[in-house]
Amino acid sequence: MAAIVGTAFLFSTALMTGAAIAEPPAIGPEAARHLLNRTGFEGHPAKIDAMAGLSRGDALEKVLAGAGKPARTPAPAWSGEFVSPRIVRTLSDEERKQFQRRQVERAIELKNWWVCEMLSTPSPLTERMTLFWHNHFTSSLQKVRSATLVYRQNVLLREHALGNFATLLKAVSRDPAMLVYLDSATNRRGQPNENFAREVMELFTLGEGSYSEQDIREAARAFTGWSINPENGEFLWRPNAHDAGIKTVLGRSGDFGGDDVLDILLARTETAVFVVTKLWKEFVSPEPDPAEVRRVAALFRQSGYDIKTALRALLTSEVFYSAQNRGTLVKSPVDLVIGTMRQFDVGYSDPLPLTFLLRTLGQDLFSPPNVRGWPGGEAWINSTTLLARRQFLERLFRVDEARMQAQMADGVRKGVDKIGAPGEGRARFMRAALDIRFSGGEWLRQFEGAQSPPNARLQQVLLALPPASPALAEAHGVELVRRLTADPAYQLK
Amino acid sequence: MDRRRFLSIGTAGLAVAAVPGVAFGQPAAAYGRLLVLVELKGGNDGLNTVVPYADPAYYALRPRLAVRREDVIPLDERAGLHPALEPLAASWKSGDLAIVQGLGYPQPNLSHFRSIEIWDTASKANEYLGDGWLARAFVAKPVPASYAADGIVVGSSEFGPLAGPGTRAIALNDTDQFLRQARLAGGTAKRGNASLNHILKVQDDISQAAAQLNPNIAFRTEFPRTPFGNAVRTAAQLAANPAGIGAIRLTLNGFDTHQNQPQVHQRLLKDFADGLSALKGALVEVNRWNSTLVMTYAEFGRRPQENNSNGTDHGTAAAHFVTGGLVRGGLYGAAPRLDRLEGGNLQHSVDFRSLYATALEKWWGVDSKGPLRGRYPVVDLLKV
Repeated sequence: MAAIVGTAFLFSTALMTGAAIAEPPAIGPEAARHLLNRTGFEGHPAKIDAMAGLSRGDALEKVLAGAGKPARTPAPAWSGEFVSPRIVRTLSDEERKQFQRRQVERAIELKNWWVCEMLSTPSPLTERMTLFWHNHFTSSLQKVRSATLVYRQNVLLREHALGNFATLLKAVSRDPAMLVYLDSATNRRGQPNENFAREVMELFTLGEGSYSEQDIREAARAFTGWSINPENGEFLWRPNAHDAGIKTVLGRSGDFGGDDVLDILLARTETAVFVVTKLWKEFVSPEPDPAEVRRVAALFRQSGYDIKTALRALLTSEVFYSAQNRGTLVKSPVDLVIGTMRQFDVGYSDPLPLTFLLRTLGQDLFSPPNVRGWPGGEAWINSTTLLARRQFLERLFRVDEARMQAQMADGVRKGVDKIGAPGEGRARFMRAALDIRFSGGEWLRQFEGAQSPPNARLQQVLLALPPASPALAEAHGVELVRRLTADPAYQLK
Repeated sequence: MDRRRFLSIGTAGLAVAAVPGVAFGQPAAAYGRLLVLVELKGGNDGLNTVVPYADPAYYALRPRLAVRREDVIPLDERAGLHPALEPLAASWKSGDLAIVQGLGYPQPNLSHFRSIEIWDTASKANEYLGDGWLARAFVAKPVPASYAADGIVVGSSEFGPLAGPGTRAIALNDTDQFLRQARLAGGTAKRGNASLNHILKVQDDISQAAAQLNPNIAFRTEFPRTPFGNAVRTAAQLAANPAGIGAIRLTLNGFDTHQNQPQVHQRLLKDFADGLSALKGALVEVNRWNSTLVMTYAEFGRRPQENNSNGTDHGTAAAHFVTGGLVRGGLYGAAPRLDRLEGGNLQHSVDFRSLYATALEKWWGVDSKGPLRGRYPVVDLLKV
């Protein structure tokens, strides 16, 4: 009898909460902070408040809205310019030196361009996803040696950043910067160059261990003929360089071309699992849950590789919001630097010092260490980079005006001197460093008059976890900001 | 110097000596001697480093890339150094440069990342181990607590053989700067999730190293003005420090020469040889050369047959260098057999773990069986 009553009670409760199911519960400020920091760069108190009243689904749609649009920062002036290697070969020694100097300058301008965009974008998720794909489909200025081609690749990555992975894979495989970076441009029949064929399987789709050396050799043959037009730097199909014979890749045979091999890779279940595992480590936690990954990967695959489908499945999940996954990801240098600039509304005129700081911290944009990209996670933090992070924060929040002198001493490194006439780069760097300013009083005003005590609210906004160092209670204002950002917990998101 | 004459030394061609269950001769204070590892990142082309210049098959496989017979620095009647390695010729002549040919492992993996993981963790090709081989050794036999650090990684952020939760390993680029900044490290006893714990441990390691290191060591030796040269200078400063260090790891990047290999490889080998020669000069100055052992390693060598981009693809076994005041110079292992390729690649003649066993057992007096998860015959290239 009692059991029946109990069942009836549960049943009626379910009926009564029917209305609440139609309108799912609001996520609250802690979860809003979590979502903003995990999908963007920062969480302003006002943004947190605006999001706190939404459901998980609505909150994520707010983040996704407006994502995937072209950059607002004007393209570098030279972005349409491509100098044929044939012309470079005819230059005199002096002209060639000047040409190379200009290339170095452009590389710095390109990095600066992206930093500008990240600092000012209304859609941080677009930048995070563009950076995610830059770290997946890596290409490096060191190898490509053309800022124009690398810029065009970035435009391509952001166009598809929240679009379709299959489309992106095919587009990036014939992207000129990629063709140079992984040597497809010189892959000819007879003695194929295996570089791209290997990395497309190991790093872009299947993951290590899901193919054989023979598959790589055969796939390399299929990609022969994909090349670059040396006159304009665009994709060029060279039928004469293509090996039209029969290839066998992952058990399938045919007179495959490159796109056929990409289709074979996209048809494998490993590909969705591989990409979702990477998205998990980017957004959820350092340790993917295999069952959840399989669930999301199945949805991703069924959708025909719609990236937003994967993100929706991951970023509205119970596990994404679970307490034990809060504060478990290490902020990348971009997260830390761009996030701090945006979180504290730090003024700047020219982000050049920040561009160089990212390099010091181990995330030199457009120059990942190798084709695997930045390993990320705990690897961001070692004795060198932890100290450089702390130094950046300490100087930003030190009231002492002389701080910028010190900042310059460490910040001005090789590379800066390569901008413009002798001394010009250094002077520009120093001016820019002086203009990077935190207006403590103004920034702190937004915490006045809140319901919760300002100290608790400040900690809630800035840290994903309780501080690891005690003794914050007696600090106030800028001093409290300094202590909170010096805490190891500030390095986490 | 007449290039055509061999740079002869007393001993040569010593094979790998099997030393099963060895009883250690002199149990030198473990870690009293320093190990310096130099990673040739990207996979150095062994065949164009130690050139089999008498083998017609080499010239047949590399019509465009082969180092010409008249350009090599001959070591014996079959093997010669790439001309960019000229700065190492003096070491070869004085007998403290050993070259181990054919270093590799069974069932080689041709992925950069998987293969370097195999080297770093001293695993078999089909097993996945988390910790680096040095990290495991330092757990099995701890480095004295008074040392500045178990290991220091210079000029890289990847810990490779030193990666492991129990290891006091730090990364730095410049000793002076490290010490200036170290005051910011802070300290706390609190612990939390894995990422937070990692940050807290890095803080602790910084504090301990900073308390021990003295950067005020000047050398007469000049260091190459390259990033690798700077890393070598930092390594020399660290090695000269009175506070002990177990191991130092340096990295020279850029060996993944799929295309345009001749110029790139020439520059890399010169940078490497200049750096190594400066390291020796500096450590001889401070009387540290006889207690330093330098070994190179890389994820793999390169394909014997050149590709169509004037470069080479990923390969397998390759020659590596071992040098130091107590090294018995000469060629070890077996010359590359280009007539016995397997899938177009070289077969190895010496397991890389034999070199690790040599460092652990003969250099440090540490039993290698635990850290290497098995016994490997040591290579008899040390005068200890």
